[in-house]
Amino acid sequence: MQLGPRVIFSVGNVYVTETVCFAFIISLLILLFCWRSVRNLQTVPHGCQAVAEWLVDLIYNWTEGAMGKENLKFAPYIGTLACFLGLGSMLGLLDLRPITADLNTTVPLALVTFILIHGNGNRVHGAGGYAKKLGSPYAFMFPLNCISDAVFPVTLACRLFGNIFAGMVVMSLTYNGLANLSAKLGSSIPFFQIFIPLPLNFFFDMFEPILQTFVFCMLTMVFTANAMSGDEG
Amino acid sequence: MALVTAKAFISAMSAIGAGIAMVAMIGVGIGIGYNSGKTVEATARQPEAGGSLLKTMLVGVALTETAGIFALIISIILLFANPFL
Repeated sequence: MQLGPRVIFSVGNVYVTETVCFAFIISLLILLFCWRSVRNLQTVPHGCQAVAEWLVDLIYNWTEGAMGKENLKFAPYIGTLACFLGLGSMLGLLDLRPITADLNTTVPLALVTFILIHGNGNRVHGAGGYAKKLGSPYAFMFPLNCISDAVFPVTLACRLFGNIFAGMVVMSLTYNGLANLSAKLGSSIPFFQIFIPLPLNFFFDMFEPILQTFVFCMLTMVFTANAMSGDEG
Repeated sequence: MALVTAKAFISAMSAIGAGIAMVAMIGVGIGIGYNSGKTVEATARQPEAGGSLLKTMLVGVALTETAGIFALIISIILLFANPFL
């Protein structure tokens, strides 16, 4: 059983894996959807425009609920993140490798979140004010807060990766096991694979990606808003 | 008398280690159950807050799950990408 993503082609020392190809395909699909939905805008929306308006409305309401009205400028980033992660993690439905089942996808996104949190904290409070905020409520909490802030992107990346990767492993083990079971019964057609894995598919390829996307975006928003908030701590 | 080779011994011990690593799931199960139970209690007390309670609960569940996910990654590494072999 091969665990890492397959290498499609390599240029010298640079390997282009499945993950990169699928990420580009998903970005292109999202771009295509955006282009189709704004191509010919109407007052009464239908088709792509209606879906896009519903999505934008949802993301803006969500951001406003989590970060407050004054931080609505983060909504486009959160929306991009949600679309990319949601679609990318659900690739298991098409029997493809989910792009988030690869640490090379999740670690950069977690680093972006890390920079977002501390960059905005520094911008709002200034360097001294932000250091003081990290050292609140007591000065000796400063190293503890620094450690927890440094661990945050690691857990963020590992949570997404671990969940989707474990789902992928469980699904492939299930399908292999069912194929072996039907081969033991003397059938060349793996008929056990027909309806039995459906609940697992639903859980690992639909529910889990949506939940993890929600959690990733929610944690990004909550921690960024917390770093920018005025109150100490 | 067939001797156990070093490779077979390491594989077997890695499999046992992978099983032991998953004991961490006990704590995760207790944590998630406690979390969900308290959310049910709160929703029963104040049903109109159900939506926001659900969101908070999902974030809490995901945070609790992290410990279990670390154990899972360790046991998957031991089983499929063993560093000792």
